Order: sequence, then C-alpha cells, then structure tokens
Amino acid sequence: MDVIVYGLVNGMTFFLMAVGFSFVYGISRLPNFAHGALYVVTGFITWSFIENAGLPFWLSILISLIIVSLAGMAIYRFIMIRVRGMPISEIIVSFAIALAILEGLRLQGIGGFKGFIGPGYVLPPFYDGVVATSWLMIDMHRLLIIVVGVLILGCTWLFTHYHRIGLALKAMAQHERAALMIGINSDRMALVALAIGSALAGIAAIAIMPLGNVNVESGYHVLTHAIAVCVIGGLGSWAGTLLAALVLGLGTTIMSAFGGTMWNNVLIFGLIIFILIVRPSGLLGKQKELEERV
Amino acid sequence: MMTEEKKPLIRLRNIKKSFGGVVAVNDLAFDLLEGEVLGLIGPNGAGKTTIVNTITGFTRPDAGEIFFREKKLTGLPPYKIAELGVTRTFQIVRPYPSLRAYKSLIVPLWSQRARRFAGSRGGDRDAVAIDLLEEVGFERDAYVPYKLASALPLGYLKRLELARCLALRPEVIICDEVFSGLSMSEIASMVPLVERLRRKGVTLLMIEHRLRELFSVADRVVVIDFGVKIAEGKPEQVMQDKKVRRAYLGEELEL
Amino acid sequence: MADEERRRERLDRGIKARTGGLYAVNSWREIGYLLAPRAGLVLVLLVAPLVVPGLYWQRVLCFAAVYALLAISFDFLAERVGLVCIGGAFMIGVGGYISGSLNYYLGLPAALTIPIGTLGGAVVCTLFWLPCLPLRGIYFAVVTFMFPFLATSIILATGLFRGTEGLSPVAGFPNAWVGIYLIMVVVLVSIFALRRLCGEDIGLVFAGVKDNDQAVLASAVNITRVKVYALFIATLIGCFAGAYISHFSGFVGVSLFAVDFTIMPIAAAIMGGPGSIAGPALGAFILAPLSEALRGFGQLRVVLYCVVLVAFILFKPEGLLNWATRKYHQFEHWVKV
Repeated sequence: MDVIVYGLVNGMTFFLMAVGFSFVYGISRLPNFAHGALYVVTGFITWSFIENAGLPFWLSILISLIIVSLAGMAIYRFIMIRVRGMPISEIIVSFAIALAILEGLRLQGIGGFKGFIGPGYVLPPFYDGVVATSWLMIDMHRLLIIVVGVLILGCTWLFTHYHRIGLALKAMAQHERAALMIGINSDRMALVALAIGSALAGIAAIAIMPLGNVNVESGYHVLTHAIAVCVIGGLGSWAGTLLAALVLGLGTTIMSAFGGTMWNNVLIFGLIIFILIVRPSGLLGKQKELEERV
Repeated sequence: MMTEEKKPLIRLRNIKKSFGGVVAVNDLAFDLLEGEVLGLIGPNGAGKTTIVNTITGFTRPDAGEIFFREKKLTGLPPYKIAELGVTRTFQIVRPYPSLRAYKSLIVPLWSQRARRFAGSRGGDRDAVAIDLLEEVGFERDAYVPYKLASALPLGYLKRLELARCLALRPEVIICDEVFSGLSMSEIASMVPLVERLRRKGVTLLMIEHRLRELFSVADRVVVIDFGVKIAEGKPEQVMQDKKVRRAYLGEELEL
Repeated sequence: MADEERRRERLDRGIKARTGGLYAVNSWREIGYLLAPRAGLVLVLLVAPLVVPGLYWQRVLCFAAVYALLAISFDFLAERVGLVCIGGAFMIGVGGYISGSLNYYLGLPAALTIPIGTLGGAVVCTLFWLPCLPLRGIYFAVVTFMFPFLATSIILATGLFRGTEGLSPVAGFPNAWVGIYLIMVVVLVSIFALRRLCGEDIGLVFAGVKDNDQAVLASAVNITRVKVYALFIATLIGCFAGAYISHFSGFVGVSLFAVDFTIMPIAAAIMGGPGSIAGPALGAFILAPLSEALRGFGQLRVVLYCVVLVAFILFKPEGLLNWATRKYHQFEHWVKV
C-alpha cells in the first residue's frame, strides 16, 4: 500500500523535473537541453547562499531562483537566439552548454576554485518531520512535494489560461505566424518562456534535492527524466505530462520494490524508444502526424 | 467522326477528407478516362490540391476509394503509386538545391520503374537525363541543362517537373498548376508541350486557374467548390452552368 | 554625398575553372592543383605515426582516428543524407562488444573478430534503428541518442557480458604498427570512398532525400530503403571503430557506450567542416590531441569541446575545411558598389 503513496510522490517528482522543460518546449518549440544544468546550478547556488553566506532559507531560495531565471534568459539571448529555427542545432548547442556547465562545476584547481564533488552538499527539507500511520511511514517533505507539484500545475494552468502574457504564450505555441502577425514578439516571448522554465527547474531542484544531496550527476538524470516524461506524455499537453509523470513514477517505484533499482533505467529508456517509434506524438500529444513522419 | 468509348483509367468514389474540423473534400466522385486531358478547376480553397494528394498517396482520405485500372490506390504509399505509373507535379516547385538540372532527373531514373523500362541504355543515366530535358523543351546545346536547378527561372522549373514525371514513363501525369506563375510567353510555349504529351499517349489531369489556356487543351472539365463536384462535362458546357458562374463570380445581384 | 559601399566579391581562380571536367589533365600544373590536397591528406595520415614523439602520442593518434571515423559517419548521415544520428556511442558499443566477446569467449583472433564485429555490428545497429527511420529530424535524433543509455542500463541490470566488470583482457594486435596503420588506412579509404559514393547515382538520391523527400517519393523511390542503405554504410564505419577499440585498449565495458563518443565526433564534425567528409576527420585529429594535451586540467577538456562546438556553430558554421577549400578555389577582394 505504501508503494502507491511512494509511487505518487515519485510521480510528482518526475512531474516537477519535467514541467520546466515541457513549458519551454511547449511555448517556444525550444528543446532546452540545458534544463538539467540549470537544475543543478540552482541547487549549488542555494547551498552556497545558505552555507557560505549564511542567508536565511527562504531568501536563498528566492535569490537563486532569480539568478537561474536570468541565467536561462541569458542563454537564450546570447546563444540560442542565433540557432533558433534549426532544431538539431538547438539541441546540440543547448546540450553543449549543459555539458560545459555541468562538467565545469566539477573543475578543480582553476584559480583556487574547488569543484563541487562529493556527497557533502545537502539542502535542508521544507519541514522536518515524519508522518507515521499504521500502514505508512513517510517524511513530511515527500508529502509536501505532492503539494508543491499540484500548486505548480495549478499556477501554470491558470497562467496560460487567464493571464495576458500566459495567453500570448499559448498563442505563440499554437500558431507562431498568426501570433507574430498580431504583434506578439516571438523572441520576447521565448525569453519569458525560458525565464519561467528555468525558474521551474529551480523550484524542482529546491523541492527534490533535499531528498538526497546536491551533485552533478543529477543534472543528467533530470534531463533524461524530463525528456522521458515529455516524450511519453506528449509534447504540448499538460495532462499528458502529468499522466506520463505518474506512470513513470509508479512504474519505477513498483519496479524498485520488486525487481531492484537496476531496472528503472531500462524501463525509462525502453519506454522512450518504444513511444517514439510507435506513437511519436506521445500518449496525449497534439503534434500533427505529418510533422513527425515521412 | 467516330469517337471511341474511352475506358476510365482512374476512378474516385465517395472521397471524404477533413482536416481537424474543416471538411476539405466531401463525397467526391469522378472518372479520369484513358488518353484524355481532364481539367480540374474551382475557386481557391476548393480542395483541389487535397484531391491530388489523396490520389497520389500523400494524404489518406477519411473515406472512399480510388482505383487505377483495377488496382486500389487508397492506402498505398506515394512511391508505390508513382511506381504504378501515376505521377504528379508539385505546385510549388522546390528543386534540389545542391544538384544541377539534369542531375535532378537521376533520382527518378534510379527508381525501379525507370530501371524496368530502361533496357540496354540503363547504364548511362546522364545521357537519358539530357534527352528527357530536350523532350520537355530545354535547349540542348545551350548551357541550360547544366545549370544548378535552383538558378533556373520558373518556366524551366515547371518543365523540369514534367521531365521528372516523364522519366518514369508514366501513364498518368497529374499537373498541379503548371501554368501558374508563368509569364505570357512562357505559357505560350507550355501549351504545345502539353499537346505533345497527350499525343505520346499520356493521360493528363490538370489542376488550373488559367482557364483560357486550360480550355484550349482540355477534353473535359470537372468543377469543384467547397470540396464538392458541382459540374462536369465539356468546357463550353460547364462555363454556361449557373452553379459554376456563381462559384467563381458570386451571387447575382437582384437589383 | 552617398557613402561608398563595399561588398566582398569572390571569384574562382583561373586554375579552378581550367580543371573542370576532362581539361584537368591538360598540364602538370593543373593535375598538381587537383592532386595536392588529396595527396597531402594521404601523406600526412600515413607519415604521422612515424613522426610523432613516442608510443604515447601514437596511441593518441589512434584514438583520434577512432573519433575521426565516428565524425565521418555522423557527417555523411547528417549532411549528405539528412539523417541526424546522435548515436555514435551505440555503434562503438555494439561493434566493440561483438568483437571483444568473440575474442574473450571464443578466443578468435583480431583478424577475424574485427570483420565480424564490423559487419555484424552494422547489421545489428541497422536493424535496431530501422523502425526509427520514418521519423523526422528531431525525433530521429532524440531516439538514436537514447539507444546507448538503454544498452548500458540493460547490460548493468542483467549482468550480461559480465556487467559492470566488463570483458578483459581482450587480445591486442600482433604488432603495434599493424594497429596504427590499420586504422589510418581505414580512415583514408572511408573518406575517399564516401566522397566517391556521393558523386554516384545513389549519392544523388541521398542528396535528394536530404533536400526534398516529398519529391523523391513522387519519383517512385522508396525512401526508407534508401535510408537503410545509407545507415548500413555509416554503421559499418562506426562499428569498425568500436571493434578496433576493443582490441586496441584490450577492454570491453559499458564505457564503450559513453556520451563522450557521441559528443566529441559531433564537435569535430562541426568544427572541421560539415558536409565535406574529410573536414570532420580533420576536426577529430585536432580536437583529440588537444584534449589529451589538456588532460592535466581534468574536466576542462569537456568544457573545451563544448565551447569550441558552440563557438563554431554560432560564428563559423562552415567549418575549417570548407573555409580552407573556399580559400583554395577562390580569391576574394572588396569591390566598390
């Protein structure tokens, strides 16, 4: 029984990891492969503020979210903007940026900069405590992840459906030419999308990293998981992202409980490949068939 | 003057196609008779290119069937349909940017169908390509066939499209607006080319907006509006039809 | 008074125009003009192993050659056929595992395992990627990217081929020189063979598939079959590289599926000159030794590849070799408008 609750938590974790990537791609068709790097960077910056600068928890979070938003916008404004429209180049360039950032964080000995290696970096959870009922033992933080996930889902849904900028972003996503014609500036919208997407990656980092520790490998994990969720759920569909996240979350939890954690990756990658071959638009995706296949 | 009964070469029956709520083609049926030149006309957005795409396999119809002789075409991929001898030109010609004009013809000459018909000359595709270009009116001695395809003016590009079809020794060529975008002199030299094709025994289905030129070559005409056939018959008859006039010119004002 | 405007004008050199077609054999000078770059390439690759200082740098040269093969394979598929395949690591892994396990479990010598690994690997890779072929651009790229990760996770989870430990030792080459010259010759053959292939009729069909696949379909050509041919050729090259590595390093493990084998060839291809087949090889021979020289700086190497990659995509997308070719064939000067 507790497998289901842990599965739910895991699903929400997947969702949080994916929502930033899905937002950026859904709005401006930019596959932001630097997503994982932004995630990790938020973690390290927050840690640095808490440990080295001694700032209070909430202030650290706020500042690092702002920083990472700006970073995402800078990546777009100075680099991605030049390869906009060529999807393969966008992937390669953003992945190269991600690699540079992630591996750069591992550098040691350049100008006295000691790299971020090792298990010593931990972020504090939101609330220290454990919920223990007769059939379930789970820490509060994990439950709070579910709350955060739902809040994010709600906020993004409301934003894209009711707020002026959100509606503009939706217009861009649905029909870029038409949106351009009525005066919505594609580049500015992409900047906004990337700012929000990076912030979402940051929020995911703050919510998820307390469960383990802050390390560079998670950057690659997050990227792969985000891609998995978006591909399986379908690009351009919130319901699809949520559904795929829950499926993957429950699936991996069940798999870990019965088979061992080794098979998780097999499940994830196998599903990605399977869906891409059989139904490239994902379970609930809305991309036109003609765009995907010859 | 005896006119023999022509057999239908391509038959469309009950074709329906919608794109996300917009009905492009609605319960369409007509025949393309062997050896004829059939015009397919109608106002913009009537669904003509959709019809071409359905016949040649680039789109699957939601309902209905298409037959070529006795073979069912619906559901076959485009290259198989071309393999059977039903070819098409593209309305917006996009030549291969990196290839020269005569080299572009190597692609269809490389196909199974062309190889079957090639016989002993099969080895030298370059020579066959140059011959094909001459057939559609490229001047052999000038440098034109050797230019980069993307550098050619539109009139030559349209001929290149026809040459691409001819490379396959087709039975049917569906011409998607071959006259559009051309200057008056370019059109004046295209019309005899169409006549030459007909005399070679190729059946033509021509989608056109330039009615005067079309009517000078077409045997029959089918008129489409909003995806529905509204008239069919000889060009002169069809233009007298009230429904056709209304579709092109709008409602008559009652003053 | 209007400002004077200038624009850059590029003109083919006289000798380039004179060497078109049959006229190339008119004089020794013209033959020399055409031959020089090609002869230079052959000479450099064959002489380099003799010239580099010591065994260590010879090994670096071999690794550079492996990356060169991957870069050639990527460039051929991406620029000549329009198939962006980011799965270089998968080809290395499949070729390496087949060849290495044939040697480890059955004791077959390198002379047998390498051909079997190359051919068998190509068959396996093509079969696995066959269902992905109808996918367009970005989807095909993402799906090929995932294959190495899937392979790694399956091997780790099932413990096949001794899982995390890998297979070791795997026999090396009978003679160090055999090892070096084998791969140099293969690199040269690949470059010349692929360039020749792209000029043949089937090469034109590849170009058509890349430029306008709808028109190719309408020309009665089965695109999927054409892509299979191209994929098979490219995987032959990639799996040979994998088979070679397994014997060269004497070890087969999941590190063969590492992302490094995917990213580095792409960086080399983009830097070296996308589309020219020889350019990516050049890029690999520059990047690999460079990154070895910087080994002391740890992860700086990866940061370096990435910065180079991004810089070239943004500022010099034509790449080094295409730039050099242009300079060789044309001269340019500013002209007043």
